[in-house]
Amino acid sequence: MRLQLQNFTKCFDGTPVIEGLDLTVEDGEMLALLGPSGCGKSTTLFSICGIYRADGGRIMFGDRDVSDLPSQKRNVGVVFQNYALYPHLTVEENIAFPLTVQKPRPSKSEIAREVRAIAELIHIENLLERRPAQLSGGQQQRVALARALVRKPDVLLLDEPLANLDAKLRLEMRSEIRRIQLETGITAILVTHDQVEAMSMCDRVAIMDKGEILQIASPTEMYRNPVNKFVAGFLGNPPITFLEGHTATEGRFAMDQGLFLPLPSRLRDLPAGQRISLGLRPEHFGSTGTAQASGRIVFVEPQGREMLFDVEAAPGVVLRSVQPVRDDVGVGDEVTWGVDVDRMLAFDMDGQTL
Amino acid sequence: MTKNFAIFPLIILLTIVSLPIAVMYGFLILDTFTDAPPGELWPDRFTLAHWRFLWDPSVVGNVWKAAGNSLILAVSIIVIVVPISSLAGYAVSRLNLPFRRFFLAGIMVMHAFPAVTLLIGVFFVLKFTGLYNTMIGVILVKGSLMLPFGIWIMKGFYDAVPWEIEMAGVQDGASRLTVFRRLILPQVKPGLVALSVFAFLDGWGEYLLPRILAPGSDMEVLSVFLNELVQADQLGYDFNLFKSVGVFYTLPVIILFVLFQNRLMNIFGGGTKG
Ligand SMILES: Nc1ncnc2c1ncn2[C@@H]1O[C@H](COP(=O)(O)OP(=O)(O)OP(=O)(O)O)[C@@H](O)[C@H]1O
Ligand SMILES: [Mg+2]
Repeated sequence: MRLQLQNFTKCFDGTPVIEGLDLTVEDGEMLALLGPSGCGKSTTLFSICGIYRADGGRIMFGDRDVSDLPSQKRNVGVVFQNYALYPHLTVEENIAFPLTVQKPRPSKSEIAREVRAIAELIHIENLLERRPAQLSGGQQQRVALARALVRKPDVLLLDEPLANLDAKLRLEMRSEIRRIQLETGITAILVTHDQVEAMSMCDRVAIMDKGEILQIASPTEMYRNPVNKFVAGFLGNPPITFLEGHTATEGRFAMDQGLFLPLPSRLRDLPAGQRISLGLRPEHFGSTGTAQASGRIVFVEPQGREMLFDVEAAPGVVLRSVQPVRDDVGVGDEVTWGVDVDRMLAFDMDGQTL
Repeated sequence: MTKNFAIFPLIILLTIVSLPIAVMYGFLILDTFTDAPPGELWPDRFTLAHWRFLWDPSVVGNVWKAAGNSLILAVSIIVIVVPISSLAGYAVSRLNLPFRRFFLAGIMVMHAFPAVTLLIGVFFVLKFTGLYNTMIGVILVKGSLMLPFGIWIMKGFYDAVPWEIEMAGVQDGASRLTVFRRLILPQVKPGLVALSVFAFLDGWGEYLLPRILAPGSDMEVLSVFLNELVQADQLGYDFNLFKSVGVFYTLPVIILFVLFQNRLMNIFGGGTKG
């Protein structure tokens, strides 16, 4: 079901945390709400499910305005960060709980059938007799998911569902959650501050800062064409390097520290002397490229499949490069590597992309 | 337990310290079943004579009636304190009440207030309402004096239940009442059990209030009964009889403690771990 926030506003103690936010999640889509801590992701999520009452604007499920409905009438499934399983109930009773409070209450056999079906979908058939305390983190996560899905909600909301898992489980649950979302075709919102999670699990990413949505786009699109410096800096690991300077004659970019680079061809027309900053992603600085930059390697970080190099191209200017593992260079070596100039990003002084 | 320090010296020390108490209790029990020759410490014969008050009212009066009164008092305290505390504790723990802080501070102060200082005021109120010298009056006064303690304890237990569990219940479509009944209450059960036991013990052991607010012999509870027995000096000083009545009076307390000792330990954790 399509979910829409229109001009949504939420205040705490009179100060607006979110003001006039518009957001549309298409039917069957999984959208990530990505942003730094305190930007209002959870607030948005809790307002959608009715835990918080919106102070302005409308929340629409399909054509239905749910802004004034209590949580119980909204039919939203929520997975909380700490799973919030009911410790005194077995897994089976946990999953069945949403059904047992429905009116009219479904028959016992019907409930058992529904629980079994969802347990099979989520691969927890063999855990039904246990209690939450006897489950691993990943299993608890699955149970929470099953409980959220069992009454076929219109929308599924996930608040940092992977934050409490260890790295390996996180990887596994990432694809599991996506699989289940695709199989059920449910409209879902995933709240996270982990860009990898957001980009790998979702159809589209909405990036938030200070209660505002800066950009909504597919992960690739957002990575390639961020609307501003904040988005560019938030996405990408290792992060993008920003170079501050101004445009110079002959389509060049000059840094205050004395480093010169050609401007991306789309920006050659900029008047000389304008202050801008360039963003160079580490994968665009390496062995190939249309221009060269040279410097001394000051730091090397092996990451298994890849290696991270920090190259000091001018005093205080460190360019980062990520490359397949190579042993021919090391700390202290002077190198001259290619810069993929046209894929560099450029921003004006307000941080907007040029 | 971690073995950070040697445990044996500690056990020995504790044994030595508690030995006099253990010996006292040992003789207390022993004396109720035996007789010793005058001037001797060790008994030389077994007898049930000291327990004959149980079936022979002519010895000290009707002990069963007093026990029944004590039971009524104790159970009534449970009935008053546990339900009210479990609701009020939830309210102060979760709901955004106006004057919540003020209310909490009030509970604390009332809890710390010695009941004796209120006695004269309470006496007048009971006189005025016609509840003086009735069991109901004693029950109401004792119950209300215990409520701050009960509410505070239950608040601690509710505080330990994660907020998300409640929200999850609401999201699952349950009403607040259903959530409270089916999801929250089961998690504070240790608190309810502990509070019930405490309420019972407190009611059972209460001496002052029944003694002063309901001095009529119809309402006599066991504690008062025992006290009168000691003062009355009806039978000369039959110490072993006093001891037997005393043991009889303590028995429910001991039984409850043995049954619920783990749960009771819970309450001293302040309910931080429910
Ligand atoms: N109950 C509340 N009362 C007052 N202010 C609040 C309340 N809840 C959140 N806030 C404020 O609203 C802002 C957004 O909070 P929110 O919890 O939505 O952040 P978030 O994006 O979920 O962050 P995180 O990633 O740390 O969970 C924060 O500045 C926070 O201080
Ligand atoms: Mg949050």
